[in-house]
Order: sequence, then C-alpha cells, then structure tokens
Amino acid sequence: MTNAFHLDGLEVPFQEGQTILQAALAAGRYIPHLCWHPDLGPHGSCRLCTVVISGRPFSSCTQPAMKGQAVACRTPELNGMRKAIMQMLFVEGNHHCPSCEKSGNCRLQATAYDLGMQDSHFPHQFPKRERDMSHPDVFLDRDRCIRCERCVRASRIYDGKDVFGVHGRGMHSTLAVNSPSGLLADSQIAPEDRSIQACPTGALMAKRVGFVVPIGERVYDREPISVLELRKYAAEEVHHG
Amino acid sequence: MAEKLKVATCSLAGCFGCHMSLLDIDERLVDLLEVVAFDRSPIDDLKQISGPVDLGLIEGGVCNAENVHVLQEFRRLCKVLVAVGECGITGGIPSMRNGFTLKECLEESYIRGVGVEFAHIPDDPELPLLLDKVRPLHHIVKIDYFLPGCPPSADAFWHFLTARMAGQDPTLPNALIHFD
Repeated sequence: MTNAFHLDGLEVPFQEGQTILQAALAAGRYIPHLCWHPDLGPHGSCRLCTVVISGRPFSSCTQPAMKGQAVACRTPELNGMRKAIMQMLFVEGNHHCPSCEKSGNCRLQATAYDLGMQDSHFPHQFPKRERDMSHPDVFLDRDRCIRCERCVRASRIYDGKDVFGVHGRGMHSTLAVNSPSGLLADSQIAPEDRSIQACPTGALMAKRVGFVVPIGERVYDREPISVLELRKYAAEEVHHG
Repeated sequence: MAEKLKVATCSLAGCFGCHMSLLDIDERLVDLLEVVAFDRSPIDDLKQISGPVDLGLIEGGVCNAENVHVLQEFRRLCKVLVAVGECGITGGIPSMRNGFTLKECLEESYIRGVGVEFAHIPDDPELPLLLDKVRPLHHIVKIDYFLPGCPPSADAFWHFLTARMAGQDPTLPNALIHFD
C-alpha cells in the first residue's frame, strides 16, 4: 500500500523520509515558501509554508509526512497569515522594488505577487542598515536581507567557504561576513558562488549584471512563481528518476 | 443619463508617472469620460476639490506639511480613497532619504552639492516644511484600496476603475500586481 496523506482534501503520496513540503511539490501541489531550498534542506524560519495538522500549525518544510495526516494549507486563514508575514518582511526592511536590480527575478517579490499582496498594511520601520560595497565583484545590501540564511547554508555546504553567519537577535539580527575586517572584500566570496544564487532577494548580488535582462522580461514577470516552481520541480524529479 | 462618478486625483511626493500611466489607457479614456467627471486633478488643472467626491486617487508619499494637509483634505472629501503606486504605498524612492537626517539631505543638495552657488538652505516662508521622514499614505490616513506598481500599468488602472464602477471587488488579479 502506498504511503499517502491528505492536503486540502486531496491525496498526496509520499516516500519515507520526505517532508510535507517535499511530497506536496513532488505531487504538483505548491506550498508558498522562502527560506527552504531543495538543495539546502529545511530551515523552518520564514514560516510561510505553515500548514495546520489536527488544529496545530507546523512548518511543512520541517514536518515529516505521515500516513493518514489531514493537512490544511491553502485555507483563507493560512493565506491571510502568509500575506501578513510577507507584509511584515517588507516593512521591517527597506525593499525599494522600483530601484532594485533583482526586481522581477526576486523570490520575495514574486511570492508577494502570488499571495495577492497589494499593500504593506503595517507601518514601515525604515531601519538603518549597513551596506557592503567593498568587494570588486559582489555586494551585500542588508536593506534587502530577510535573514533566511540560504546564503549561510549554501556557502557552507556547496562553496565550502563559510562566508556568512547571522548575529544579533530578533529585529536586531544582521547578516555577518566571516572575514578579519567583517567586509566582503576580505572574505573568500566569488561572484559565481552558490551563496549568491541562493539569495531570494536582492541582498546579495554580483556586480554589473543586475540589468542584463530588462525589467518586464525577467523570470517572474513572465510567469507566477507557483507555476514556475512546480514545473522546475517536476523536471528535477524526472532528471533524478 | 446616470450621474457621473466624481473623481479627484493628485500627486504628493511622486513623479506624476502614475498619472501618465492612467493616461496610458489611451482610447479607453473616451469611454472613461462617459462615466467619470474629474474634479481636482493635474489632468484638468483644477487646484482645489470643489466638494465631496466619490473617488480619490493619490500618487506619491508624504514628505512635507502641505502633503499632510492635502491628504487629510482628500480623506475628508473622498468617499473612497486609493493609494496609487509604490510611493503612495511604501514611501517609494523619496523614502530612500529616510536613512539620512533631514539636515544631511539639505546640506548635500544646497551646501555641498556640485555646482552650488550662494550656498544656503532655502527658507522662504512659502515653502512647506519638510517632514523628518517620507511616509506612505496609510501612516497618516485610512486608505481603502491600494494600486501597486511603479507605475501601476494602464490595465491595472482600467481593471480597478471598471470593477469599482460596476460595483464589483476591484482587487487586482495576481498578473496585474507589480511593485516595479
């Protein structure tokens, strides 16, 4: 008998060891997520992928799939909370989409579109954060950083460099650079590093490539992230057998 | 003929790009003017709202005392008030000055700026006082609807206006939501 659980009333098969998010994506069911990346493993920090099982909320990127679970995901309540999380992420940073090189290729922005976010609802904090332009080929704009730690994990796992870490707590937490001066220029980072590709916002970017593709013709200008993610995931499944 | 919907529009700390995008509905403007009458707006150059109107569209954030005054007057006289564009919704590009003090900004422009002659910070009493920070509209008054985009596309304007006039929910379909 196949292992399966119910996601919003529809059956989703799973393999032993898969999380709810992994099984859902493999079955062609999108659950919004930001800090999770298929190659970087779960982090459970953005809470966007939260689902409700037996009345309790769980992050579906960390929760193992289990036989017979009834999982609620795309309910009006959870979608409303996801939108509120997005709005909080926007107001607690300085996300100026019109002047950002990442606009249209940005997962944060695309996920906001997908959740129907038309306003920021909460008061903007306008925090003052340090920018690091010291490196000749890479920059770090902390105004746009959401501390998802995708770069932290990618640098450690794939680049073998351990360039990033997060220090401080709560709204005072910031992305720290592991170098004697604390600046990118003195770190081992290179523009082709996975840590840069892993950034879901415009916080960490290679210099001089930001406008190679014009605004309006970028990845998420053409297709919603929910559609694109599922197709990408299906292609990878076929590739891996 | 049914009475026309009264619409007032203005630009606060904005660039009038949103108004240009509204004009970009092109020939649909003719259809729009069949059902809409513009009150105060840069489109007809009326400087004051004549009285209560049905719909107010505000572009731009709030950067000075006059902006606050105009915004509060719009709130008082518009049945439904819409924040239009990134600056109205988030403060936008003008709010990039929020990372600096007002003194730093003024000195950069009027004292240390390239090519500045007779350096002094303008202090004519007719000039509205600048706020310490540029703020989005919803920090000051209740906003009923938000039209995101820099600018919102002509189609986004058209969708909102036609849905609103038909008494339907004017929420944008996801494909028309853009922040750039």
